[in-house]
Amino acid sequence: MAILEATELSFSVRGSTLVRGASLALEEGATTIVVGPNGAGKSTLLKLLTGELSPSQGTVRMDGAALPQIPGWELACRRAVMVQKQRLAFPFSVYEVARLGLEGVGRAQSRARKSEIIAQALETAGVIGLAGRQYQTLSGGEQQRVQFARALCQLEAGRSVAQRQILFLDEPIASLDLCHQLSLLDAARSIAAQGAAVLVVLHDLNLAVTYADRLVVMHEGAIVAQGEPSAILDDNLLRGVFRVSLSFSRLPPAGQPFLLPQQHLTPVQPGGVVPLRAASA
Amino acid sequence: MTLAVKQTPSASAAALAVLTAGHRRKGVIAVAALVGLCLLLMLLSLGAGAFSIAPGRVADILMAKLGFGPTDLLDSREALVVLNIRMPRLLLGALVGAALAISGALMQGLFRNPLADPGLVGVSAGAGLAAAATIVLGDRFFVSAFAMKLPFAVLPFGAFFGGLVSTLALYLIATRQGRTSVATMLLAGVALGALAGSLTGLLAFISDDRQLRDLTFWSLGSLGGASWTKLSVVAPIVLPLLFAVPLLARGLNALMLGEAEAYHLGIPVQRIKALAILLVALAVGASVAAAGVIGFVGIVVPHLIRLSIGPDHRLLLPLSAIGGAALLVGADIIARLVVVPAELPIGIVTAFIGAPFFLWLLLRRGRIAEL
Repeated sequence: MAILEATELSFSVRGSTLVRGASLALEEGATTIVVGPNGAGKSTLLKLLTGELSPSQGTVRMDGAALPQIPGWELACRRAVMVQKQRLAFPFSVYEVARLGLEGVGRAQSRARKSEIIAQALETAGVIGLAGRQYQTLSGGEQQRVQFARALCQLEAGRSVAQRQILFLDEPIASLDLCHQLSLLDAARSIAAQGAAVLVVLHDLNLAVTYADRLVVMHEGAIVAQGEPSAILDDNLLRGVFRVSLSFSRLPPAGQPFLLPQQHLTPVQPGGVVPLRAASA
Repeated sequence: MTLAVKQTPSASAAALAVLTAGHRRKGVIAVAALVGLCLLLMLLSLGAGAFSIAPGRVADILMAKLGFGPTDLLDSREALVVLNIRMPRLLLGALVGAALAISGALMQGLFRNPLADPGLVGVSAGAGLAAAATIVLGDRFFVSAFAMKLPFAVLPFGAFFGGLVSTLALYLIATRQGRTSVATMLLAGVALGALAGSLTGLLAFISDDRQLRDLTFWSLGSLGGASWTKLSVVAPIVLPLLFAVPLLARGLNALMLGEAEAYHLGIPVQRIKALAILLVALAVGASVAAAGVIGFVGIVVPHLIRLSIGPDHRLLLPLSAIGGAALLVGADIIARLVVVPAELPIGIVTAFIGAPFFLWLLLRRGRIAEL
């Protein structure tokens, strides 16, 4: 059964519609990856699903309860969010930033349990060696991994309250090197394997195809295709949505899809006319 | 643990335990050192001034007052000075210092910037203006309406209102969509401060001689008017506030990540922000009403504490209170000693210490863009 269900979500601000009629379900144990060009509405969709924004139309339900009806604290136990960019005005240490994940949901935990959660999360995110460093002095990629550790802390602490959880990651690997890209996505997938639903916004199509149980393709605010990656990805869709021509092949032995961008087509200006429906058909 | 990782307890986990224990020990040392410093300054403060009394003698008088010594000591001239003049002044100074440092720390948390300070961004000026208006206009109103002099207890409320209005105005101007522009905040603070200053000047223009003396006192800041009566008005406002502030620590910590992230972490963001603004206005209002506009305490103290033990509000807020009390008590000793037998307004002393500190802070940050 789906942990989260979004029906016909639309979001408009100052006359422009950023998300239109998006419906999707996040299933227990599944990794859902959202892809799409810049400005397609991926981050806005994520904000609607996490409750940060309220949809102009449509509803988001978590285990049957409408999102606005869930108290903030309980919501924090049920889902953790890692956002794109994170700057800190004050010289918090890496350890303290990870501990921020417990400020809301970890109140009931003992001090020993908290240290255990933090240590484990830092280890998973591969930043335990940086624990004493100042967050501000880290590289962008290291900061991103610390934020991942923070989200893991929140999830782990919330688990004593809510078993059915969701992890939202907005472009979590944007500044990471190859090795850490894979290790972060592996960690995310193993969280899904424990029964949580995971939603990741990604740009790298090959990684998306590799890690997604379910792929969601967005274009101009709408979900133009969703489903099992190899079932929905085709040349037509990619040309229409991403404005590139790709060579599209399958890697032995499992037949995993592999995409190699060849040439970009004319980028479409925002609001321009694109053969959307044709692409998704 | 259910996070899927190698379950072997690594060497780094052990290092982590050492790290956190070290941090905790540092916190304990900082608390002990600050409390000790504060008590020492308080003892010195009771003895220092035009009429100098040795610290040992001060201690004797205090013990006698508490019932552990000869009571005839209490009839001495020294006891009178210590208990009726310097004691209320000391306590008022400590309360005002604590209130100012706490409001600095709260504002810096609220604006997510280490340069916010009620004195710098016009909140104190707003409270000062409201206090001035209460003195000049309220006095006239009270004399004509009730045929009585304005009671002191009205002043903190006037100043509180002024502080609240200017904090809210500042927040609304500088914050768009949950993001605070510090350049806007500082510039808007300058503008609000100038506006409040000009209106205060206007009030000075229409006030009589006695009111004018009062107004001068407000604008420079002084603990000279301290009395048990004044203390009995200010303490019931500031003390509960000092106890309320730790409740904000977790929320402010989470807010350091940004408002959306704090919401994701399950923090009631709007409530925390409203409470912080209210507490800043209350603290600044009460301290301005009691001692006039005293600048820079709110920026110097929290910053030094962040440098020594880090930015965690759980320690930062209580330590700021103690440090603020120590700083103002210390500054008051200087104010009383440099021009004996007269005394300097304490605002001059704190500005003399704080302004160079603020400049140093600006230079140290290096890149202007980071503001």
